[in-house]
Amino acid sequence: MTFEYKVQGGDFTHAGYASSQVKKMLKQLGVDSVVIKRVVVCLYEAEVNIVAHARDGIISIVLDTDTILMKLTDNGPGIANIEQAMQKGYSTASPEVREMGFGAGMGLPNISANADRFLITSEPGTGTALEITINLNSAAV
Amino acid sequence: MKLEEICSALNGTVVCGGDKAHREVTHAFASDLMSDVLTVTCNNLLLITGLANMQTIRTAEMSDIECILFVRNKSVTPEMKTLAEELGMTLITCPLTMFRASGELYRAGIKPLF
Repeated sequence: MTFEYKVQGGDFTHAGYASSQVKKMLKQLGVDSVVIKRVVVCLYEAEVNIVAHARDGIISIVLDTDTILMKLTDNGPGIANIEQAMQKGYSTASPEVREMGFGAGMGLPNISANADRFLITSEPGTGTALEITINLNSAAV
Repeated sequence: MKLEEICSALNGTVVCGGDKAHREVTHAFASDLMSDVLTVTCNNLLLITGLANMQTIRTAEMSDIECILFVRNKSVTPEMKTLAEELGMTLITCPLTMFRASGELYRAGIKPLF
């Protein structure tokens, strides 16, 4: 199964909608609740990153019997130094984003901690792409 | 501790989900940083926060948190209330500071996570 969601940059009112839909779907499919939490923490952090940093982005979800693959692409400013961006506490978020409870430099580390596979590629001035994979049949990271 | 007891102890007001005020919570986590909340793994958890916006509700949803206590008389918007009702959450507001509310609940037996 494949699903696609559009994400609007700056729209904090609707940020999390895609993650919410995916959570409902996984619950309906009877996926283990610990695994669902890992999926939605990854997806929600990544979704909020698009809202916080990009003009817009696309989330595509590829679900099979064993894994969920979440691909997120945006047309934001990109990340010049991915290694630096992966460090806890590093953030380029605006004051507005911080007021929403994010932007403390924990998003990418949270994703990395919960994903079974996590790939991030970025081109400054063009955008960022994430590929997050989680095995549906094992609760442990 | 039941949510209705928590509400009473903190001079709080139930904004929505009052029909579930008999729910028991055993632990609480106090934070205004939503990424911190997303690291929490615990059931029967009360989130204590001074951050009142849609992302507070969404973060609770992702973290399987069903009860949120807003401190310092923070206002719950109609959009927040609608979403919380859809998700079956109980929202409580109280006039106390986060420190005071946390202290009162700790004294009443609510446990910290760490």
